[in-house]
Amino acid sequence: MNRINQLFQEKKNNILSIYYTAGFPELSDTVRIAKALELAGADMLEIGFPYSDPVADGPVIQASSKKSLDAGMDLKLLFEQLKTLRQEVSIPVLLMGYVNPLLQYGVENFCKSCVEVGVDGLIVPDLPMVEYEEFYQNIFEQYGISNVFLVTPQTTVERIHKIDSLTNGFIYMVSSSATTGKNLQLSQNTEDYFSRIAALPLKNPKMIGFGINGKAAFDKACQYANGAIIGTAFVSSLEKDSSSTGIAEFMKAFTA
Amino acid sequence: MNYFVNDKGYYGDFGGAYIPEMLYPNVEELRQNYLAKINEPDFQKEFHQLLKDYVGRPSPLYLAKRLSKKYGANIFLKREDLNHTGAHKINNTIGQILLAERLGKTRIIAETGAGQHGVATATVCALRGLECVVYMGEIDIERQAPNVARMKMLGAKVVPATSGSKTLKDATNEAMRDWVNNPVDTHYIIGSVVGPHPYPDMVSVFQSVISEETKKQLLEQTGSDQPDYVLACVGGGSNAMGMFYHFINDEGVQLIAVEAAGKGVGSGHSAATTALGKEGVLHGSRSILMQTTDGQVVEPFSISAGLDYPGIGPQHAHLFKTLRAKYVSITDEESLDAGLLCTQMEGIIPAIESAHALAYLEKMDFKGNENVVVCLSGRGDKDMDTYMKYFGL
Ligand SMILES: Cc1ncc(COP(=O)(O)O)c(C=O)c1O
Repeated sequence: MNRINQLFQEKKNNILSIYYTAGFPELSDTVRIAKALELAGADMLEIGFPYSDPVADGPVIQASSKKSLDAGMDLKLLFEQLKTLRQEVSIPVLLMGYVNPLLQYGVENFCKSCVEVGVDGLIVPDLPMVEYEEFYQNIFEQYGISNVFLVTPQTTVERIHKIDSLTNGFIYMVSSSATTGKNLQLSQNTEDYFSRIAALPLKNPKMIGFGINGKAAFDKACQYANGAIIGTAFVSSLEKDSSSTGIAEFMKAFTA
Repeated sequence: MNYFVNDKGYYGDFGGAYIPEMLYPNVEELRQNYLAKINEPDFQKEFHQLLKDYVGRPSPLYLAKRLSKKYGANIFLKREDLNHTGAHKINNTIGQILLAERLGKTRIIAETGAGQHGVATATVCALRGLECVVYMGEIDIERQAPNVARMKMLGAKVVPATSGSKTLKDATNEAMRDWVNNPVDTHYIIGSVVGPHPYPDMVSVFQSVISEETKKQLLEQTGSDQPDYVLACVGGGSNAMGMFYHFINDEGVQLIAVEAAGKGVGSGHSAATTALGKEGVLHGSRSILMQTTDGQVVEPFSISAGLDYPGIGPQHAHLFKTLRAKYVSITDEESLDAGLLCTQMEGIIPAIESAHALAYLEKMDFKGNENVVVCLSGRGDKDMDTYMKYFGL
């Protein structure tokens, strides 16, 4: 059983997952930030591998990706940096990014590298389910890497069940159909969507992400899912203060 | 060999729909409906009526006598420059706006490079009274100023794309982000044969009117609907696909696709995708694109805003890989010179995009009586600044 499954077995509520971009704000920060986040109470991490054309991302994550790429980040370097990950960090770690860098690295190669450095899962928003099923599912499964799919308010129930059957980590509920960094609007529609999904008999746990910008949004999301994912808000905070104290300060708002 | 899309949305190894879940419902809605809706008699009637009375089709197939004499072959120009709004782009926007209406959409978004697709989209939105937002790279806003003014006058909102190279690729990213954020009421009118399935097929079907007419016109003018060569420039590849479409299964017809070499294929400032690219995924489909070994998209370069794109449509990737069409490239200077030549020998100022196709005539060896069709995809009014600067006019 990988670390993701273990986490959800041990903790059912208020799971706090943090997204940040690899190699940001400094190229060598990737593992240092992971360690600081674990110390500050994060339950799970999503490390973004940057891409030149991130169509699902808003300005903050776009800018962090660009800065990291300009500094020289690529997948080879990222896996090199992550060699020390498991000496420092014990919580589950996923990589998140777009499909083209993954294809150029080679999907099997990628899974192999994940296993070598202790990465547990992958989130690739633009890798379609059909292609995953046809070409890549058996590779992921062979290496024990969880592939996480997104669902949105427009995703049909039938499709959610299909996603549930294809994944073995968690289901990533996008809070609204939006690029990253749009603050969650708690409308009746959003709550209806959250409760509709909460009521479905799914085998996988659920995490809510996109637009979770503060404690109130986090708590709201945790009423409907096993936890929530904070991305843009954390990346913005890194821009201002990426020291361990700065990170601890940011996390206090959620763990208090 | 099947050169057209299969039931999974692929052309050989290329195509598919590599999109985030947020776009899935919209793209799926299109996929399920586009063929049925397009084939409905009332759609066909309205589409063809508008192409005739509003766009001014059929566009002439013109035998360019002086160019023919110069090159020693019969050079026919397919005059897409004479369409309303000045390029082939309107064939597609007319089709897509009719489809968007039938899908109940009330807001239209588009990306644009040269501004021709933006103008064609703003035009059909004005025609049908729909809200229109056009994304355009900041650099292109500068170099295609007349088209920006036209879009604004037509009532569209022009939003600058300020990321990356600030050109067509970045405008496309912004349009896709807009669609992610507006999943219910909005239709994205993509301007070329790129994007997730069914876009490449849908756009090529709308543009295929170019080769459909050409065949009839050739038959009338030459006694045969089979030319020896068909040439077109390729940015994303929509005028080329429209020009090739009804010739693809006529294996005796040589198809030549002309990419933009920019300052030269090896110069580091180029948009010659098949020469410089590798297989990968960009803007929702698997195709050939210019990228680093790490899979980061490389910023392209061409003096022609409409060809300044690091990828090509998936059907082009398939035609390239199967060798059904030949992919060549032309530099900035060669295209500008060809533009001037066409202007002074035929009295036609071509768009710099189209001038790339014309420039390749210079590199061909003709035996004497071959019939050659060049897609003159657009007119050069928008490019006057660039021409004036280059030639010191
Ligand atoms: C006149 C003209 N030709 C060609 C193109 C390139 O597009 P495509 O390759 O899709 O035909 C453009 C794009 O703006 C254009 O304006």
